[in-house]
Amino acid sequence: MSASRAYLPGGRIGDGLDRLAAEVARIEALFADAGAQAVEPATLQPSAELLTLYGEDIRARAFVTQDPVDGELMLRPDFTVPVLRLHLQGGVSPARYRYAGPVWRRQEPGSTRPTEYLQAGVEILGDPDAVAADAEVFALIRDALGEAATVAEPRTGDLAIIFAAIAGLAAPERWKQALRRHVWRPAKFRRVLEAFGERPAPSPARAALIKAVEQGEDALRAHVRALGPLHGARSFEDVLARARELAADARIVLPKAQIDWLEAVLAVAGPSAQALDALRALDEGGALSPALDRFARRLEALEARGVDAAALPFDASFGRGLEYYDGFTFEFAAPRSSSRLPLPPLGGGGRYDALTQRLGHAALPAVGGIVRPEAMIAATGPAGGAA
Amino acid sequence: MTPAQSSSDRIVLGLPSKGRLMDSARAWFADRGLNVVRSDSDREYAGRIEGIEGVDLALLSAGEIPRELAAGRIHLGVTGEDMVREKIPDADAAVRLLTPMGFGHADLILAVPDAWADVETMDDLDAVAGRLRAQLGRPLRIATKYHLLVRRFLRANGVADCLLVDSQGATEGVVRQGTAEAIADITSSGATLTANRLRPLVDGVILRSQAQLCLSLTAPKASAQVKTLDALASRLDVPALASVAQPQ
Repeated sequence: MSASRAYLPGGRIGDGLDRLAAEVARIEALFADAGAQAVEPATLQPSAELLTLYGEDIRARAFVTQDPVDGELMLRPDFTVPVLRLHLQGGVSPARYRYAGPVWRRQEPGSTRPTEYLQAGVEILGDPDAVAADAEVFALIRDALGEAATVAEPRTGDLAIIFAAIAGLAAPERWKQALRRHVWRPAKFRRVLEAFGERPAPSPARAALIKAVEQGEDALRAHVRALGPLHGARSFEDVLARARELAADARIVLPKAQIDWLEAVLAVAGPSAQALDALRALDEGGALSPALDRFARRLEALEARGVDAAALPFDASFGRGLEYYDGFTFEFAAPRSSSRLPLPPLGGGGRYDALTQRLGHAALPAVGGIVRPEAMIAATGPAGGAA
Repeated sequence: MTPAQSSSDRIVLGLPSKGRLMDSARAWFADRGLNVVRSDSDREYAGRIEGIEGVDLALLSAGEIPRELAAGRIHLGVTGEDMVREKIPDADAAVRLLTPMGFGHADLILAVPDAWADVETMDDLDAVAGRLRAQLGRPLRIATKYHLLVRRFLRANGVADCLLVDSQGATEGVVRQGTAEAIADITSSGATLTANRLRPLVDGVILRSQAQLCLSLTAPKASAQVKTLDALASRLDVPALASVAQPQ
């Protein structure tokens, strides 16, 4: 099946390829009309920045190779980070970029997902009107779906509401920091949150450490030093600092009402208008108000672009699987079909304002989205008769 | 290439070619009336098995046996569960672990410096990795040669901001050398860890491993071969072998 490609039998030659190429050209013209300039990141990307962003997991998801001079390289697993790197190296903000090309993902054994597939996307960088840019990207991706937009099922979320809810907790800043770090790992997030609540008595070793902290600085230093020498990047002072924090943490408990409140916020789901009402009702302290006001204005901006915004499905936890998003998130799920393998979302995207900071640069408002042209064609009909 | 290529009516048993694992495996089969006879020169990786018909012997390095099982070039093999699960990404689809053999015990554990007074659990390790990232802008390094198993374990425990660095030997020493903050390695007694001032995390057992008799799910199983596997099942008293050795 060398002529087959992701989701498309016969998509590499003849009519099947012609149809795909025409679809990609249509999408690129649409993005160009929106003022986006073409950008073409290298296929092989240095591992270091991807590892910094995604951690060890990226090695399981990306194809890794070695170059004697350039060191560890990865076949680009997506476009957003490489496009952002190109922009940071010499682009002028604000900027709009478009791109189309293959990305590569390693898949778990037995997976039916492809290791190579096409993405066509757009990124809007440095636009100060976040609400308008969010709505514009959503509408661009919907339009890029073309015929497939009629069968796709949209879903939306907004991670800014989660971050606002975390900020609104009556908890020490370091607890909030721990929660923010795991927003994208929901199971771990829940464990971290619950560990701040009522908890079992500390282990003997932990109890001894806390006791040493309470006995004073000298006792703590002696306690740690007696355990052995320290090597590696972690300092003696950091061990002491965390010991003091653990002792302080042991004296406070996050009230159950606070834990329940955060989990209630995360559980809100439904048509956008109702979800907004539900979140307003949960926002007695007003911590969510700025984020909810943006949510409300975004619904208006979407409405102005011909989206039935009030009915648009919203899930407060949607987008937590997509690390680096920190605001509005959306996708267009493929319709389920019994006659073919499950398709991935046909399109999707979101806001990632903090990503440039994590790459060591100044903050830059950023929102973008992609479509998967091969999956779009697979969802709307046979691949040009080439199957 | 397998040293012993089986014809379509024979099966191939892969055994470790040297070391304690080989001696223990030989003893295990001898206890069940099957004698592994090596060729005249002990240096040659060749031999035969006496006491049953239709079985060829392949002497392989223990680390190669999982790959040969997964590729279906040997029907049965003796190797550590750690090797099977590290070297075959989808081990359960390719290989059936038939029976633990009572030797080759080794636990794959995650260990940190003794002096990390504040770190007892995987959650502590994750918290420290987050601090290192925030303070130094770099991940916490874990030295190991078990990349697949460790990566999966970290993910299952929600541990972020860690980087695996490859260490193919003397892994306990790398923390002292400053090339990693923690290790994930095989330990049998824990003495080497203690000598290197390392301590396993209380919930840091990644895998409790021992030698296993393994069946390839991909090797050819013609009727004569199934008959031999059935005979082996009763000789070795491994009922699991008879129940899974169905013809294709």
